[in-house]
Amino acid sequence: MKPAPFDYVRPASLAEACELLAGDDDARVIAGGQTLVPMLAMRLARPARLIDILRLPELAGIREEKGAVIVGATTRQAQAERDPVIRASVPMLARVLPWVGHPPTRNRGTVGGSIANGDPSAEIPLVAMTLGADIMLAAKDGETSMPAEEFFIGPMVTSIEQGQCVRAIRFPVWPHRRIGTGFFEVSSRRSDFAFVAAAAQIALDEDGRCLDIALGLGGVADRPLRLDMSSLKGAAFDVASAAEAIDAACADLEAMSDLHASATYRRRVAGVLCRRALQQAHDNAAAKVTKGAR
Amino acid sequence: MKVELRINGVSRTADIEPRKTLLDALRENFLLNGAHAGCEHGVCGACTVLVDGEPVRSCLMFAVQADGYEITTIEGLAPAPGELSVIQDAFCETHGLQCGYCTPGMILSAHALLQRNVTPTREDIVEAISGNICRCTGYGQIVEAVQFAAERLRLANTPRPAGPAGKSVAEAK
Repeated sequence: MKPAPFDYVRPASLAEACELLAGDDDARVIAGGQTLVPMLAMRLARPARLIDILRLPELAGIREEKGAVIVGATTRQAQAERDPVIRASVPMLARVLPWVGHPPTRNRGTVGGSIANGDPSAEIPLVAMTLGADIMLAAKDGETSMPAEEFFIGPMVTSIEQGQCVRAIRFPVWPHRRIGTGFFEVSSRRSDFAFVAAAAQIALDEDGRCLDIALGLGGVADRPLRLDMSSLKGAAFDVASAAEAIDAACADLEAMSDLHASATYRRRVAGVLCRRALQQAHDNAAAKVTKGAR
Repeated sequence: MKVELRINGVSRTADIEPRKTLLDALRENFLLNGAHAGCEHGVCGACTVLVDGEPVRSCLMFAVQADGYEITTIEGLAPAPGELSVIQDAFCETHGLQCGYCTPGMILSAHALLQRNVTPTREDIVEAISGNICRCTGYGQIVEAVQFAAERLRLANTPRPAGPAGKSVAEAK
């Protein structure tokens, strides 16, 4: 349980970090280290050099932009959990954060680290996928951005290339007033890896009609999935049509099978958790009375 | 690599290999054996220390990453040599430990919680120690210990009237 030797560098700027990354194929980025350090300890990863980006000022902070909240890659999960902007504008992220690891790992683990790691059962990638976030990347030759849909490819596999580093995550903010979120997951212990996780967000108009709806599944397939719920838009939410839309979306779900949960079990639980998450999101939105409605 | 760390309020320097975890550095370079090596890959919580007052796993952090932070180990909690902190004492009172292996981590997690909140609910306590595994007690007495410590801290922080013993300020007048 001791890592193999490596060089450690802590660059002073993002440009310097990108320069270092570009020039060394055996270099890995470290931020909070909550996944990388165990992998080093078990020698599943043996980089020659670690580039510590945790204290880079360019990667810190949470800021609002028109229609979006931009979360810097090195924002600690614990910090995001307490952040008033995230709570108000990206409520789905605020709802799942208490389920990410334990308090001590959230104090070190970063939002960008969880994205770059791309664990198919992780909650933060699930939110990024469900809401259609953009992953903003930095490299020596400039900054780019790509939708979560293209970023997550497979289990712990992302489109990030050697020499690139996650800079920030751009979460879209829904313009509606009555927004509700729902989240459920099944795991062997609270905060352990989810076998199945479902996250939902619904916006309602003053008469309770569904203005926008997003539903995502984690832990089931080899990457987080966004399910098409567009058939529920424009009408009042009802359990029967929600169940129908979920069944249609989950019809040809390719579920993973492992020691803990079979594909059949995952598929069954996925349907149930999707229904519960949508219901919770709806109830959560419906409880928010719009101005003047009283 | 030369590393300068601030541990329990004292600055200490050592020459440490980058691959050495903060846990191993605390135990081997600074002879602070209170942080225990359990699973060494971030599952058990026996190695918990406070970094800037918040609990973190010292096995998931390299010593070379730890400069510039205020690190607190279990050795830094007691008010004086041979004494116990309120939380440590509460663990003794309520039999919150058996083998004691998880205890430093439990106490530091509880310490961080009670620094923020001296009126925690049972759920707050369970959440705060959720990253610390105990294989002896079944957690019941540990939760009880934290509740007991919280109660003592609340009482200690309640202003009591000045004046002759047994009489309130109003009566003394």
